[in-house]
Amino acid sequence: MALRVVSFLNQFFGQIGGEEKAGVGPHAVEGAVGAARAVQEALGGAGTVVRTVICGDNYAAEHADRAITELVALVAAAKPDLLVAGPAFLAGRYGVACGALCAAVQAELKIPAVTGMHAENPGVELYRRRVYTVETGAEATRMLAEVKRLVAFGLKLARGEAVGTPAAEGYFARGVTRNVVAGAIAADRAVAMLLDKLAGRPVASEVPRPAFSPVPAPRLVKTLEGATIALVTDGGLVPRGNPDAIEALNATRYGAYSIEGKSSLDAAQYDNPHRGYDTTWVKQDPHRLVPVDVARELEQAGTIGKLHETVYSTVGVATTLAHSARMGREIAEKLKEAGVDAVILTST
Amino acid sequence: MTPVAVMVGANRIVSAAGIIHPLGSADLSPDDEKALRRRIVEQALQALRTEVAKPTVFTGE
Repeated sequence: MALRVVSFLNQFFGQIGGEEKAGVGPHAVEGAVGAARAVQEALGGAGTVVRTVICGDNYAAEHADRAITELVALVAAAKPDLLVAGPAFLAGRYGVACGALCAAVQAELKIPAVTGMHAENPGVELYRRRVYTVETGAEATRMLAEVKRLVAFGLKLARGEAVGTPAAEGYFARGVTRNVVAGAIAADRAVAMLLDKLAGRPVASEVPRPAFSPVPAPRLVKTLEGATIALVTDGGLVPRGNPDAIEALNATRYGAYSIEGKSSLDAAQYDNPHRGYDTTWVKQDPHRLVPVDVARELEQAGTIGKLHETVYSTVGVATTLAHSARMGREIAEKLKEAGVDAVILTST
Repeated sequence: MTPVAVMVGANRIVSAAGIIHPLGSADLSPDDEKALRRRIVEQALQALRTEVAKPTVFTGE
């Protein structure tokens, strides 16, 4: 049975126009137009593009919620078995719209959806965990070949066929762990990997390490004498009683603790729930973790302009990357709002 | 733990006095311990006013 397919395109690939037409709102054309004709060609007899849904890049970016709601309705009306969005290549607004629409169509209409884009399209990071996103080149120079891969993968989804690994299928890893039966025990695989490595043959780890994107190094624009410095720690300093109930490991919370009027920290008033190191010594003297005493002296001596009156603290042990990044972002926002210029983060 | 800090992309890293008491040492007299802490904090301040382009460990030399 031929599947009903809806193709989603931006104004450019939908042949409405270039940047001057990027404000065009969502609308539908029956059948395949523009790049959707490549989708139809790739489908062959397996399916029919019954409708092409088009939205301008700026409209999708500036009215994201409304655009997606309107586009989902246009998709739903065609009663498709599959949504093919893009491919968006390296076009950022387009890629984000493709990811958002696929996610919404899957969630609200329970219809399988697939999109394609270049690894550096921001739509990849935003949606790859929820939406199958096939990797493409940066430009549309190999449009038909890439659409064929996209469509072949989409047909698998629409037919409910088993989906292989990201490497085998050419989509971006969704961060899903799936149990598989390996051909050999771990020791054999590890030795084989080592032999490959020694022989200079290609080696692929079974446990990919998380990738850390580079963080641009900010420059302190003020002199230290005029700067406000904050103290932050992931070493677990909390007031006695741990009022924010910061977890002993796998922390999802952090605390903001005032040091206003304090020239030092009284050990009797503090505690430490951190279970990743022996906290005996920092409980004896919290300055071994958070140097309020020395920082106050430097403030009074005028070496630094001001010591920020709030210390932020969490427990950094077995903390997930996602929670670390979120807490870091939240703390950084609060520090910036408070006019802090630089941070000394003490870590155990 | 400085290699971990480099790996995750922290830009200005000061090697401190150890995991169980990064800014102190129970083996020192209170005065010496505070002097040690002051040196580490001053090193951090020095790092803050040093321009870096990639994760850099400041050793104080």
